[in-house]
Amino acid sequence: MSGSSAVTVDTNYKEPFKKLSQYHFFKGDIKQLTPNDRVLPYDLITPLFSDYALKARFVWMPEGTAAKYVKDEVLDFPVGTVLIKNFYFPADFRDLSKGKKIIETRLLIHKPDKWDALTYVWNADQTDADLNIIGDTKSIDWIDKNGNKVHDEYSVPNKNQCKTCHAYNGTLSPIGPKVRNMNHDYSYTDGNANELDRWAAAGYLTGYNKADNIDNKMAKWDDSTTGDINARARAYIDVNCAHCHRKEGMANPTGLYLNFTNQNEASLGILKTPEAAGSGAGNFLYDVIPGKPDESIMPYRMTIDEPGKMMPQIGRKLVHTEGVALIKQWIAGMEQSSTNNKK
Amino acid sequence: MKRNVFITTIICFTAIFFCSCGSDKKSPDASGFTYSEDFQNKLLEQCITAEDGSTIEIPEGKFLLKKPLSIDGKKHLTIKGAGAGKSVLSFLHQTEGGEGLLVTNCNDITIQGFTIQDAKGNNLKLLNCDTIAIRDMNSTWTSGSDSTNGDYAYYPVQCKHLLMEQCEASYSSDAGIYVGQTINVTVRNCYAHNNVAGIEIENCINSDVYKCKAENNTGGILVFDTPGLPLHNGRNARIYDNDCISNNGTNFGKVSSMVSTVPPGTGIIVLATDSADLYNNRIFYNKTVGISVICFQLTGKPYNDSLFGPYCNTISIHDNKFDSKAISMPDMSKDMGKLVALGLKGYKDIIVDGSADPKLRDNKGQVPDDYKICIRNNGDIKFANLNFWEVKGESDITDHVDHDLSKFDCEHAGINGNGSN
Repeated sequence: MSGSSAVTVDTNYKEPFKKLSQYHFFKGDIKQLTPNDRVLPYDLITPLFSDYALKARFVWMPEGTAAKYVKDEVLDFPVGTVLIKNFYFPADFRDLSKGKKIIETRLLIHKPDKWDALTYVWNADQTDADLNIIGDTKSIDWIDKNGNKVHDEYSVPNKNQCKTCHAYNGTLSPIGPKVRNMNHDYSYTDGNANELDRWAAAGYLTGYNKADNIDNKMAKWDDSTTGDINARARAYIDVNCAHCHRKEGMANPTGLYLNFTNQNEASLGILKTPEAAGSGAGNFLYDVIPGKPDESIMPYRMTIDEPGKMMPQIGRKLVHTEGVALIKQWIAGMEQSSTNNKK
Repeated sequence: MKRNVFITTIICFTAIFFCSCGSDKKSPDASGFTYSEDFQNKLLEQCITAEDGSTIEIPEGKFLLKKPLSIDGKKHLTIKGAGAGKSVLSFLHQTEGGEGLLVTNCNDITIQGFTIQDAKGNNLKLLNCDTIAIRDMNSTWTSGSDSTNGDYAYYPVQCKHLLMEQCEASYSSDAGIYVGQTINVTVRNCYAHNNVAGIEIENCINSDVYKCKAENNTGGILVFDTPGLPLHNGRNARIYDNDCISNNGTNFGKVSSMVSTVPPGTGIIVLATDSADLYNNRIFYNKTVGISVICFQLTGKPYNDSLFGPYCNTISIHDNKFDSKAISMPDMSKDMGKLVALGLKGYKDIIVDGSADPKLRDNKGQVPDDYKICIRNNGDIKFANLNFWEVKGESDITDHVDHDLSKFDCEHAGINGNGSN
């Protein structure tokens, strides 16, 4: 039934809603993910790999509030913000009209003192989703873009696991909505428009100066018209690795920092020995050997699907073969200089 | 030249003869365990939702867990079992995650009284926690010395105020008890055996390791400072009243790790550390070297870190007992082992490489008293100084060796470690 309820978010909750429908983020048939008023869709130029899941992202902020522009990091969102991310798999990636299965909807809610991470796991009927604290494993099957059958034991994270990646100096934080990963056109129902322009027009973003941010834009990892191999690889590792592998992230102890703004070759892994990679390092000595992708630990760990050895550690079960190919191509093209090799 | 080839051949054959001891691989420990999704989910949920100040109880029994446990952001929390021998958590069939139990961002946490075994990564990891007690714990891998075992049985990193006592660690493919980038560390009455490194203190400030037993590891106790890590210049460690016995195990670490350079038969290594006091230890039956004090360059690993100091200084080694009853030839599998076996002509109780930060040396090449390596009252020891700073190339690495202990006859009074008793 088409409900006309407005979005319902009370940021002072002790116990969150048990069901996704209680928030009223979507109107009509919930599985169509038709956004309610002031629920604004968006997407990222280069997204995180999550077993090939597609993601329908939305943002909602309380009336009269807006995010503040931040140049290099996540936007400064107001209390009451909800970031919504629906993970779904088409039955056949070649033909989206054949239907889809929504697996989970993750929320980041900006409570007064800090962000809270919640996930809701959809029922088989796709009529609603239930709050889940301890995680889950879902068996999913689909046809990929090459016509191959794929099976996945997809992991829904438990509440603590959210913070493994969504940690900035030990506090829970969004990762995705950064200017450099949003600075592109989105296909809205009323036509294409630049995402940041649209957020500003909707009253969701203040302090954004378009002219100052022409170059504040990452490449699309799999579109060579948007950047050279270095630009696309740096975008890929920023999004897939640097939530942990940065000074402010969980992998700070490793000294391997892969965030987009890091220019230090040593901490980017060039001829760097790993800190605690264990058998995730295979028989290789360095994170990255310029010119030698097949002897470098970084792409190697991306090809593993065993827990404890794979990278990322959580968030995927499948190997992203296209991502691995990108990183290998990037390393293969690196200049083989030994300026960093001090003995 | 001919004589060297002859000796090398003899040593190699002898080494092969003594080392054909066979693998210690065995089937992992899987009998007597129950898997209950309900138990797993309840324990998982308890760990996630526990209130500050509460206790999470693990009952007596042997439990298989397929998902990792995690505790984050709690204060004054205890997780306890019925005793290390009574409550056993096995992660042998773990399907996701890097650890068995991961503890992050906690303040005042006590972990005691259970066993964690066979995690796919590290068994127990603590990151960014303040005020930690880990006691009466066992952490191990049960299928023998396998390089695919997790790195660390215990992995507290970037923490503060850590106490570990009465804990056992074994079969780690890096270090059994590893403490990294942590300030104020006490490890006491612990037993580390059959790991590559038994106990490792890396880039820590203010550490005491005492009354521990490191036995049958590749190397017993390591005090390391390594480059490229956020916490620089590990310093102020006391290693005392420990037993480092028969650390002659095969090195089954990964080639990319620091510990892969440790030659089997190593009692204690001090690497690139500023200030350490090693005393009253019993260092027995380690076939290659009892204690070595070396600079980072000797590992052969490259580094690119302008804040890193690769030399040792202010090291005091006194009142230790050595017994080297020659039970087999020194290790020949690692560069350092070959150096000892061939270059130094056999086991040594103490080896220093004679290096020092060039910035510290005066114009006669002497190091000021406060920064010296001091070696005193260790009885009649077999000693070698590589005088590494005289070495010009690999071919003359043993041309400057001397055995003159008088240069090291001094002491340092002020190394306080973590001030523990």
